[in-house]
Amino acid sequence: MKISIPDSITMEKNNIKIAVLSGKGGAGKTLVSVNLASAAEGSVYIDCDVEEPNGYLFFKPDGVAEEEVSVDMPYVFQQACNGCRRCVDFCKFNALAYIINKLIIFEEVCHSCGGCLLLCPAKALLKKKKVIGRIQKGISEKVEIYTGILNIGEASGIPIIKRLFDRSAVYEDKPVFIDCPPGSACIVMESIKKADYCVLVAEPTLFGVHDLDMVYKLVRLFNKPYGAVLNKCIPGENPAEDYCTQKGIRIIGRVDFDSELGIINSNAKIAVRENEKYKKIFLSMLQKITGEVRA
Amino acid sequence: MKQLLILSGKGGTGKTTIASAFIRLSGAKACADCDVDAPNLHLIMGQTSVPAITDYYGLPKAEINTELCVKCGICMENCRFDAISADTDYKVDAFACEGCGVCELVCTSGAVSFKPAVAGELILYAGEEMVFSTAELKMGSGTSGKLVMEVKKQMKSSAANAGLAIIDGSPGIGCPVIASLSGVDMVLIVAEPSVSGISDMKRIIEAAGMFRIKTAVCINKCDTDPENTNEIESYCMAGNLPLAGRIPFDTNAVKAINRGQTIVDIDCVSGRAVKDVFERTMKILYRQDNEAVV
Amino acid sequence: MKIAVPADEKDMDATVCPSFGRAPYFLIYDTSSKEASFIDNSAAASQGGAGIKAAQTIIDNKAEVLLTPRCGQNAAVVINAANIKIYKTEDESVKKNIDSFLEGYLAPLEDIHPGFHNHGEK
Repeated sequence: MKISIPDSITMEKNNIKIAVLSGKGGAGKTLVSVNLASAAEGSVYIDCDVEEPNGYLFFKPDGVAEEEVSVDMPYVFQQACNGCRRCVDFCKFNALAYIINKLIIFEEVCHSCGGCLLLCPAKALLKKKKVIGRIQKGISEKVEIYTGILNIGEASGIPIIKRLFDRSAVYEDKPVFIDCPPGSACIVMESIKKADYCVLVAEPTLFGVHDLDMVYKLVRLFNKPYGAVLNKCIPGENPAEDYCTQKGIRIIGRVDFDSELGIINSNAKIAVRENEKYKKIFLSMLQKITGEVRA
Repeated sequence: MKQLLILSGKGGTGKTTIASAFIRLSGAKACADCDVDAPNLHLIMGQTSVPAITDYYGLPKAEINTELCVKCGICMENCRFDAISADTDYKVDAFACEGCGVCELVCTSGAVSFKPAVAGELILYAGEEMVFSTAELKMGSGTSGKLVMEVKKQMKSSAANAGLAIIDGSPGIGCPVIASLSGVDMVLIVAEPSVSGISDMKRIIEAAGMFRIKTAVCINKCDTDPENTNEIESYCMAGNLPLAGRIPFDTNAVKAINRGQTIVDIDCVSGRAVKDVFERTMKILYRQDNEAVV
Repeated sequence: MKIAVPADEKDMDATVCPSFGRAPYFLIYDTSSKEASFIDNSAAASQGGAGIKAAQTIIDNKAEVLLTPRCGQNAAVVINAANIKIYKTEDESVKKNIDSFLEGYLAPLEDIHPGFHNHGEK
């Protein structure tokens, strides 16, 4: 039976949020999220991989506006400090030291919990802002692009993710595609918190299965609807496919390894904008996703 | 013990594929997988011995005793990590909790206490031929930097007599990468010839530069984009970074990995290329500081 | 004068610990009374900022000199603020290093490395 794939999709649930994840980098998260966002007619793309953002390299957004993201940091008014050391003893992260009548604060170790500020009896600790990164907003054809960038050496990208979602919420009637960081740490959890659907991208290798397993457990833990996209498929055995069959994970798309796609991708071009055949592949994925969420 | 660390900046460049080949070629008696978020090396190393597993404790996490809780909400108000929620009871989200202690500090009824939390497992395969140290972080846990230190410590203490250790590093430029850099004698960066691969490679070179450790770069899947490969080589030459070589894309590599073998266990082009990269890397690792690299 | 040395065990013949921040113990050696006492290093169990806490510990124990194979940036800031001098140990026992220092054979530690930023949860 021939399944006809429409040229474009109208999302029934317009503001659907689709997170794209994989256990590790290189599986194709950015390929999938960038192309899904481009294939949909009008969308929002959020790059939550704040340590190594890549999506903007493909979109090359226009009209980029930037905004700093900062966290609160303590600073000490030395004259008011009486050396009681309650802050030094309290800090679980060892960000404070007291030497010869001077309190030293180590900003890169500080987690901005605010505890020292609360308990200083001499009120010698005050708040200041420290920039930990930035977000950028631009546009490419019909895609609104948000990129999060964490400064090197900073501990947590979570405040950046929060700002990304906060700002992109203005687009209430467009589908949102979230390019997640790799792995399953806190920052990934923050990225999928608001997702309506999770796309798990897997490579057809032994490593791919192991990593798929990790994100599979994560999305189950968060009770998110999910489906898998098998990327870089080559003829022959596909351990990731076998794993999906075994666990009953629905496969919503398959991208075959092909050198043309390889070159398009390595030159940071967007496949669905280069060739109709790729547009069909990603539109088909979109249809499968919206078909599922339309409950 | 000389320690060689293999890093990539971006995931999927082939770091683990190359690390496993190096381990096989060098006969190194000690190796470690520092990619504690998604360890993969053990899948190829084919360890048959039963590993020793140790619980790894991260920061203790807050817990609310609902019997003592008077629902004043002060804890929730002061939690900077949105880790406390109020439903029928006040509860701490263990994933979001960073163990800072502020809730305990402000609680008016002594309802908050801290419990040790298992953040992952340290895994050690100590065979006669080789010591292989790795770990796996529990989902949602951070503290990867400290766990990486533990993985290396575990390797060093079990293989004190080993001459060479090969360490498979983690992707990215965050805490775990910085932790894996400490104390190593050389870093080999595996670069991928794509725009995003180049961008990530530059960030990792910058991070490794801060430690002033001997660094070399090799290019994997070099034939997928000859132009980008040339760009990487020019960049390295301009920055005086030795090039350890190039490895072509090879579907046989995938087949070998899927069978749990390294690319030098079978006869293939990537296997032959990685041998050259290995030899050049070893030359750089063992040369004295005032010698030139051939 | 008191000298601090990171030690792997509570023994004068123990090896010097390769890490300052995460050493299990510190030897505090008093050159006038020739007394040696070993203290636990609570910083070893820290998730992050171990160097800072370890430095605070040796300062609180009134050390004037620190003998160590390496030292991180953050710990160095604390130690320098307290005017403690840092010397580089050799690959030998704690006792041998104390003797070498007293005989003037140890060189000052020049190479301060950047921090590991292995602080808690992300």
